[in-house]
Amino acid sequence: MPGLGTSFGRGGATTAQQDLANSDAILIMGSSMAEAHPVGFQWVVEARERGATVIHADPRFSRTSAMADLWVPLRAGSDIVFLGAMINYVLDNGREFRDYVVPYTNAATILRDDLKDTEDLDGLFSGWDPEKKAYSPETWDYRGSPSKKGKAAGHHEATGGHSKDRGGEADELSVFERDPTLEHPRCVFQVLRRHFSRYTPEMVEKLCGVPREKFLEVAEKFTAASGPEKTAAICYAVGWTQHSVGVQIIRTASILQLLLGNIGRPGGGILALRGHASIQGSTDIPTLYDILPGYLPMPTFGEDSKSLAAFVQKHRSRTGWWANFDKYLVSLLKAYYDDAATPDNEFGFSWLPRTTGDHSHLGYWLDMADGKLEGLFVFGQNPAVGAPNAGFERKAMAKLQWLVVREMVETETAAFWREIDVPPEEIDTEVFLFPAAGHAEKNGTFTNTQRLLQWREKAVDPPGDARSETWFIYHLGRRLKERAARERRPRNAGLNALWWDYRTEGRHQEPDVEQILQEINGWTVADRELVSGFADLKADGSTACGCWIYSGVFPELGNNRANGREPAGPYGHGWGFAWPADRRILYNRASARPDGKPWSERKKLVWWDAEKEEWTGHDTPDFAKKKRPDYKPKKKAEGDDALSGTDPFLMHPDGVGWIWVPSGLKDGPLPTHYEPLESPVENALYPRQQSNPAADRKERPGNAYGSAVDDGRFPHVLTTYRLTEHHTAGGMSRPLSHLAELAPELFCEISPELAREIRIRHGDWVIISTARASVEARALVTERIRPLDLAGRRVEQVALPYHFGPIGLVTGDVVNDLVAISEEPNVRIMEAKAMTCRVERSGGTARSDGGGA
Amino acid sequence: MLKEIIDRWPLVRQIRGGTDGTGPEAMSGQTRRLLPRHDGAEVARSICPYCAVGCGQLVFHRGNRLLSIEGDPKSPISRGHLCPKGAASFELLTHPGRLKRVKYRAPRSREWTEMDLETAMDRVADRVWESRNRTFHEERDGQSLMQCSGIAHLGGATLDDEENYMIKKLFTGGLGFVAVSNQARI
Repeated sequence: MPGLGTSFGRGGATTAQQDLANSDAILIMGSSMAEAHPVGFQWVVEARERGATVIHADPRFSRTSAMADLWVPLRAGSDIVFLGAMINYVLDNGREFRDYVVPYTNAATILRDDLKDTEDLDGLFSGWDPEKKAYSPETWDYRGSPSKKGKAAGHHEATGGHSKDRGGEADELSVFERDPTLEHPRCVFQVLRRHFSRYTPEMVEKLCGVPREKFLEVAEKFTAASGPEKTAAICYAVGWTQHSVGVQIIRTASILQLLLGNIGRPGGGILALRGHASIQGSTDIPTLYDILPGYLPMPTFGEDSKSLAAFVQKHRSRTGWWANFDKYLVSLLKAYYDDAATPDNEFGFSWLPRTTGDHSHLGYWLDMADGKLEGLFVFGQNPAVGAPNAGFERKAMAKLQWLVVREMVETETAAFWREIDVPPEEIDTEVFLFPAAGHAEKNGTFTNTQRLLQWREKAVDPPGDARSETWFIYHLGRRLKERAARERRPRNAGLNALWWDYRTEGRHQEPDVEQILQEINGWTVADRELVSGFADLKADGSTACGCWIYSGVFPELGNNRANGREPAGPYGHGWGFAWPADRRILYNRASARPDGKPWSERKKLVWWDAEKEEWTGHDTPDFAKKKRPDYKPKKKAEGDDALSGTDPFLMHPDGVGWIWVPSGLKDGPLPTHYEPLESPVENALYPRQQSNPAADRKERPGNAYGSAVDDGRFPHVLTTYRLTEHHTAGGMSRPLSHLAELAPELFCEISPELAREIRIRHGDWVIISTARASVEARALVTERIRPLDLAGRRVEQVALPYHFGPIGLVTGDVVNDLVAISEEPNVRIMEAKAMTCRVERSGGTARSDGGGA
Repeated sequence: MLKEIIDRWPLVRQIRGGTDGTGPEAMSGQTRRLLPRHDGAEVARSICPYCAVGCGQLVFHRGNRLLSIEGDPKSPISRGHLCPKGAASFELLTHPGRLKRVKYRAPRSREWTEMDLETAMDRVADRVWESRNRTFHEERDGQSLMQCSGIAHLGGATLDDEENYMIKKLFTGGLGFVAVSNQARI
C-alpha cells in the first residue's frame, strides 16, 4: 500500500466510510462504489443530500454515475493526466490551502541540485539505469540530508513495495532546508509546478478524451469545496490499483489532497475501497512475500540481513515513529519463537527466511510454469478465474507435484486438471480439496476498508469435515513440529522454536481464536499480562507482539475491543477497533491549525485544550496527547520527540505529508503519466517514454503483448469490472441461486456506434480478443459506454465483468484469460484495467439465439 | 363449555369488541399459536464475508442450525443494510453444493475420490515435509538463507486476521516459505 503509505506514512485509508457524509465534494474514480460497495455508498448519498457535489470519473456509466452530479467518461489508463491536470489547475489558480501546505507538507523542502525531473530527461527522473531497468534514487533526497552511516540511499530490488523503506533505507531525512515562501526554484512546490505544467485541459482532452470544459467544471467544483470551511474526499478501488502505474495514480490523488488541505480533516481524506472482507487485514498481518506483520520488511538476502543489528540499522529511522522499528521487530520474534528467542541468538532473527527475488503470486507462478515449484497451498482464492492470464495460470498448475485447496465449494482452481487442454491422464498433480468453514462457523476478525477490526461470533459448527483455516494450520503445524522434533537439523531450528501451544476447544479441537488475537495484541513475556498498546513494547525481549499496529485491540482479559458493539459519537467509537490505537481519521492533528485551534467551527475534529494541556475532540488524537502545539524538539531528540508540535504525519522522519517522495518508490518521486503497456495512442506528454520504464512485462510464450502503441489487430480499449450480484472469481456467488438468477451470464458492454461498425445487435454473441486469448460474450449494446474523442480520433472502449468461469449455477468464459501477467514495480500488481483488444461479431451462430435490442 | 365455543367464534368477538374484524379478534387458535421463525433463537453478531465495507450481520441460529442472516441495525457503518450479496450469505453457508468431505484427486486420475480428514492431513504433512527437505537452502555463500523455495501459498484476503497470522507464522516463521501471497496489493 505504498501509494498512501509513502504519501502519508501508513498504508491504509485515511478516513472512515461514515465520514463521507461530512464531505462538501466527493470524487469517485477507479471505482463504481454504488455497485461494488453498495452499502458504503449510502454515506455518499447522504453527503449529496446535505449538498455535496458528487463526481464520478469512469469509463462506464453505472449506478454510481446515476447518483452523481457529474459523470466524466475518460479513457481507461489516463488517470494521471486527469489528476495531474487537477494539480496543475490548483497551482495555476492559487487554489492550494497555503496555511496547511507550508507547515504540514514537504512543499517547502529544498531538493538536491543534481536532481533532474522528467521535464529535463524526456520522461525519466535522474538515477535511471537502463541496464538494470531500475532507479538509483539518491538524487531524490532532500538537499543537505547526510548519508546514513556511510551508506548511500538505495532500494534493494527485492525490498520496498508493501514494506516500510521510507526514511529507513533513505538517508537522514530529518535534516533538510526549507523555504516557507515556496519561492525557491528547487523547493518541492516549484519542482511540482514545473513537473505538471504541461498537464493542461488541452492535454486532458487529447489523452483522456474529456472535453476541456467538462474537465474545468470538475476542477472548479472539487477545488472550490476545499479550504478552512470545506473539505473534499476521494474514493478509489482497483480501477486505480490494477495498472502498470497503479501506485502512482494513488500518489497523484494524495498530492492533490495535500495541496487542498484535505488530509486528517472531517469530510476529507482518501478512502481506499478494498474488495474482500479482510484485504486490509491480510496486508496488515500479511500473507505476503515482502513484509512481516505491521509493515516490517522481510529480510532480503545480502549485507543488510547478516545480523539483526544491520537490519535494524537499515530500517530504523532516527526521527519519527519508525525509530521504534527494533521494538516491533523484536516483539514479533518473541511472539514467534518465545523463550527460544534470546539476545544471544538475536531473538531468532536468523531463522526467518531471506527473500532472493520476486516471490509474489505472479513471480512464483512463472516459476511454477517452469517446473520450479513442487507444492502449492491455495486458501479462499480462485486464481484459475481471478488471476491475470488465467489460462496460463491454469496450465502452470499441471507442473506441480501437489496442490492443496481449501474452499467452501469446488472451484476451477481445485478442478484445473479438468479445465485445461491436456488430458487428465497426463497431469501428475496430486490434489487435496479440503472443505472450509464459512464466516458464521468460526470466531475471528476481519479488518474492513477503513482499518476497522470487527470480530465475528461463531454461530454454528461447520458441516461435515469442514474446518477453519486456523484449525488446518494449527493441526498441520502440530504434525510438522513433531517431525522437526525428531530431526534436529539447522533448518528445523525455527520450527522447533515456534511457539505453538495453542488452547483447543470442542469436539474438533478448534484453536481458541481469542488467544491468537491476544498474541497479536501482545503481552509481557515474564507474566503473560496483555499489553495495553504498542507504546508498551520493548526491544529487549521483555515483550511479545504479533502485529504492533493492532496492539491495543485486546488490552486486558475479557476486553476484546474488536468485539465492541456499543457505538458512540460521530465516528462510532466503541464499535470495533480501528488501527492504530482506535484512531478513526488518520493524521487528525492536521484538522487543527498550527496553533492547535480548529480551522473552522464547521470542520473541527481534534484540537488542543489549553486548559487541560492536551489534545481532545471527536476522535482519538493521532498525535502525542500531551505534545503542545508550540513544542520544538531539541537537536539530539529521537523518535516522536524529534517531531514538533505541528508535525501531523508522525510516521515520517520529517513529520510532514510527502508531496515529494524522497524514498520508498521504484518508479519516481512524483507521478508521471505513462501509457498502459498496451495503448491505442502515443504518450503525448513524453513521446520517448511510452510506458512505465520500471514496470515488468514478464513477456514470454503464453504471455504475449500487442504492440505498445496502436496495434491494428487490437483497436479497442478493454477494461474489466465487478457486478453487484457477483463476487470476484465467483466462488462465493456463482453457486448461489439468487445471485446466479440476478446476473446469469457474461456480457460485454459496447457502444451503439461500435455495434453498428461491427454489425451486431443487442444480445448477439461477440468475440473479444487480446494477444493472450479470446472469450465469447453476449453484447450489451448501451450508451452507458461512449466512444471517446481523443483530439479528433475516435477510440472505442468496451467493458467486461470478470466473475464467470466453467463451474457453478451460471457459467461463462474466463475474462481474465485476456489479461497479461505484468508487474507494476512497487507492489507487483497486474494491469487488468486497461489494455487493447478487438471486438468482433461471433462467427459461430450456434450459441447465438439472436434477439433484438 | 358452550361459552368457550361461542367465545372462539370470531363474529362474536367482533361484535363484543365493536371492532372491524381485521384485528386480533379475527385470529384463529392456529394463528395465535404461530411464532416468528426466530422465536427463542440465539443470535451471533457477525460481519458480512463479501466486500470490505464490513456490514454488521445478525446470525440467527437454534440447535446448531442456521435460521437466517439479517443486517445489524446497530452497525454504525451499515445501519442494518445488506446488499444482494450480503443478503445471500445465508445461502452461501447452507446451499447444497457446499463441500463437506475432503476430495482427493490422485495423479493422472480423471475423478475425485473422498478421503478421510485425518488421512488427508497426514498426507499433506508428508508432502510438505518431503518437498521442504528437497528444496530447503540453509545458506548461500556462507550466509544464512533458511529458505524453502519449492512450496508456495496463495490466499488470505477472504480469511480472518487470526488465520493470516497463523499462516504467516507457520509458513514463513517456521517452515521458511518466501512465496507467500494473496489478493491484496495496494
